[in-house]
Amino acid sequence: MQSQLPFYPDQASNFAPSVDSLMTFLILVSVFFSLAITAAIVIFFFKFHRKSKNEIGVPIHGDMRLEVLWIVVPAILSLAMFGWGAAVYVDFRHAPLDTLDIYVVGKQWMWKVQQPNGRREINELHVPVGRDVKLVLASEDVIHDFFVPAFRVKMDVVPGHYNTMWFRPTKAGHYEFFCSQYCGTNHAVMGGWVTVMEPSEYAAWLSGSTGGDANPVTTGEKLFAEKACSTCHLSNGTGRAPSLNGVYGGTVRLADGSTVTADEAYIRESILLSNAKIVAGYQPLMPSFQGQLTEEDIMSLTAYIKSLQSQPVPATGAGVIAPGKK
Amino acid sequence: MSTTPPKPPGYQLPEEHYLNATYGIRSWLLTTDHKRIALLYLASVTFFFFIGGIFATMIRIHLLTPAGYLVTPETYNKLFTMHGVAMIFFFLIPSIPAVLGNFLIPLMIGAKDVAFPKLNLLSWYIYITGGCFVLYSFATGGLDTGWTFYTPLSSVYSNSAVTPAVIGIFINGFSSILTGLNFVVTIHTMRAPGMTWFRLPLFVWAQYSTSIIFILGTPVIAITLLLAGLERMFHLGFFNPALGGDPILFQHLFWFYSHPAVYIMILPAMGVISEIIPTFARKPIFGYTFIAASSIAIAVIGFFVWAHHMFLTGESTYAALAFSLLSYLVAIPSAVKVFNWTSTLYKGSISYDTPMLYALGFIGLFLIGGLTGLFLACLGLDIHIHDTYFVVAHFHYIMVGGAVMGYVGGLHFWWPKITGKLYPEFLARLAAVILFVGFNLTFFPQFILGYLGMPRRYHNYPPEFQVLNVMSTAGASILALGYLLPMIYLTWSMRYGKVAGRNPWPATGLEWTTASPPLTENFDVTPVVDWEPYDYKNRPDLGLQTPTAPTLAPAHGDD
Repeated sequence: MQSQLPFYPDQASNFAPSVDSLMTFLILVSVFFSLAITAAIVIFFFKFHRKSKNEIGVPIHGDMRLEVLWIVVPAILSLAMFGWGAAVYVDFRHAPLDTLDIYVVGKQWMWKVQQPNGRREINELHVPVGRDVKLVLASEDVIHDFFVPAFRVKMDVVPGHYNTMWFRPTKAGHYEFFCSQYCGTNHAVMGGWVTVMEPSEYAAWLSGSTGGDANPVTTGEKLFAEKACSTCHLSNGTGRAPSLNGVYGGTVRLADGSTVTADEAYIRESILLSNAKIVAGYQPLMPSFQGQLTEEDIMSLTAYIKSLQSQPVPATGAGVIAPGKK
Repeated sequence: MSTTPPKPPGYQLPEEHYLNATYGIRSWLLTTDHKRIALLYLASVTFFFFIGGIFATMIRIHLLTPAGYLVTPETYNKLFTMHGVAMIFFFLIPSIPAVLGNFLIPLMIGAKDVAFPKLNLLSWYIYITGGCFVLYSFATGGLDTGWTFYTPLSSVYSNSAVTPAVIGIFINGFSSILTGLNFVVTIHTMRAPGMTWFRLPLFVWAQYSTSIIFILGTPVIAITLLLAGLERMFHLGFFNPALGGDPILFQHLFWFYSHPAVYIMILPAMGVISEIIPTFARKPIFGYTFIAASSIAIAVIGFFVWAHHMFLTGESTYAALAFSLLSYLVAIPSAVKVFNWTSTLYKGSISYDTPMLYALGFIGLFLIGGLTGLFLACLGLDIHIHDTYFVVAHFHYIMVGGAVMGYVGGLHFWWPKITGKLYPEFLARLAAVILFVGFNLTFFPQFILGYLGMPRRYHNYPPEFQVLNVMSTAGASILALGYLLPMIYLTWSMRYGKVAGRNPWPATGLEWTTASPPLTENFDVTPVVDWEPYDYKNRPDLGLQTPTAPTLAPAHGDD
């Protein structure tokens, strides 16, 4: 569906056409019922207007068939709205596998963005057209919300949680983004612009990165040594803590027998609340790093751990269950 | 608008009634008469409506230009927060239950008073105490957290007077709880002989449903705000992640009450509409049992939809699916009411007295408010319209278009009973039309603003949104006129209005069988009810033409 309707914003992502079609469906249903009820009221109002001062109405107490009709018909329409809406939402909440991951940190009252190669932006976001982009969202203080009307997507940015959102830009251009969760005094100026570029331009822009922006993987590797993570998490699996090689995206068996998928949220929790989930076969020795790392530190560490995904997983002492070995 | 023979005992006020039975300020401040307590509430909720209205006016003036016209960002944030707190906790929630409910429930069921008259007075004092704390917060630093008090903004980061405000709302909660308790016991135990459950006016059913929410829901908001206050004062980590708390927990607890609170606001208004429509169509309401049962259904299902405010907080996809489905479920009993009200008009004897204009206006506005609720319950659409002006428009259609229209319509309908006087009919009809037009002009453009992407709670906005904002502000000025008019002519009518008589419309409820204004004891003798609700055909005492000889009426729902 094209954005020909006058009251629709730009359509610039994969979600925009599906959200707009859904909107059109709901508008049509609503207009139909509004007009029908309004017409009935207006017609009855004039047709059955009181003719004489003492006239009374015809005593009709109800009609079971009508009651059933106006319970069943709205129920069916509601189910249709629910189902269609749910399909779009489930798609939005489950990012595809191969995404371009960009880290976004909200704080009163600015957005800090870091591209995969470490290039930093403030209140700006550059993305290539046609690529699935995943934003990993963190907050340093209160709840914010990253909202791009032209993409028809938003997601709360919650302190203490990682939320993610994804979209695929479909049209190059500049689109405004907003903070849409009230966050204090300058909430209304906490916004910026998304620049959607052709992939080649994006690559050129990305490589034009200034020397000051360290690669998050390098920064994370440095932190990994500085914070003494490397003294226990030996890559060959002989340390007091499991090797992190290949952990990201894999399945981890925990001491209580359950398993968990090692995503950003799991890594973050394991750093901050280190005893929340203990890997099977290990002791709860790791100190909590709550309050000692900034959101950006955590993101760098996560980026480093993600970079270990391709490293060889040791036969023993691995944090991750080898594929096919459950 | 005078009535017809047989003339009720005189078009003059009864010699003694609840307003002149005793005199002096003590007789009001220490009264246990439910009717006088209702008037105490009327004065106090009007005061808070006025305060909230002033804040709203300043908000709309400020938004005339994209850069903001009137105040600083700090002040703007305080304005919308204080507007919400004053209107929701101190006007909308108590308005219909504590004013009209207090006045009418005993009269409608044929009782002398509520079950616990002293507790009733205590409720008002608790309300006033809570109100004083909140006014203190407004006056000493104001409040800038949004009426939703989301943590950790409210519990850690805000520099405004949050603590007195949450204490005030905590205290005020007990007023709601006690009022709800009083109404439930009253309705269960004090119905006059013959007043069976299915002869109760639908207004009483609506108040009963509302009271259930008061009792079950209010303790949750009270304790939630207390926890936020404790975190702020003593740094206990409930919601602040830096202290090991979870900000999302606050939202679950907050909406567990605050979504049902929406039904606290709208259900009583639906009750008012269910009284007005059969009265001015002079026929039984269509589908009495369905309207009564839908009130209970809304009250019950309303407790299971809270997390639809949180689809984009990162809650689990499965939770979102369940809460979306349940939200659609709660829409059905609301739709049932609209269809039944509309059908009641069929083959009626319809007049365009002022209360009827409000009732028909209510149906139209509630219809838009309810239908746009379906948009927000729709998971895929909510991704885009959540936290935009679409939401602002939607809930104003429900709360102002629905609840306030119902309240003002109800005030007009029962004004002759409350004061014994008639208001000037022409002015009243004019005000009803002005309100309808002004309301739509104010809030309809906000749906479009929301879909275009304007987030709520913004003190400035991109210039392309200006036209719609100016329309909205223009509408708000018409709306303000629409509210000022009734305030003026209703006050005027208390002294100068024509004497109303017992039953000016005439209506079928028990409250209309006693004097206007009623005696302190409500009835000379305990009434005995031997008629069905809204049964004009078998009520020769109303002095209306009956098409055939009176027969024993079939009960409601003879279908």
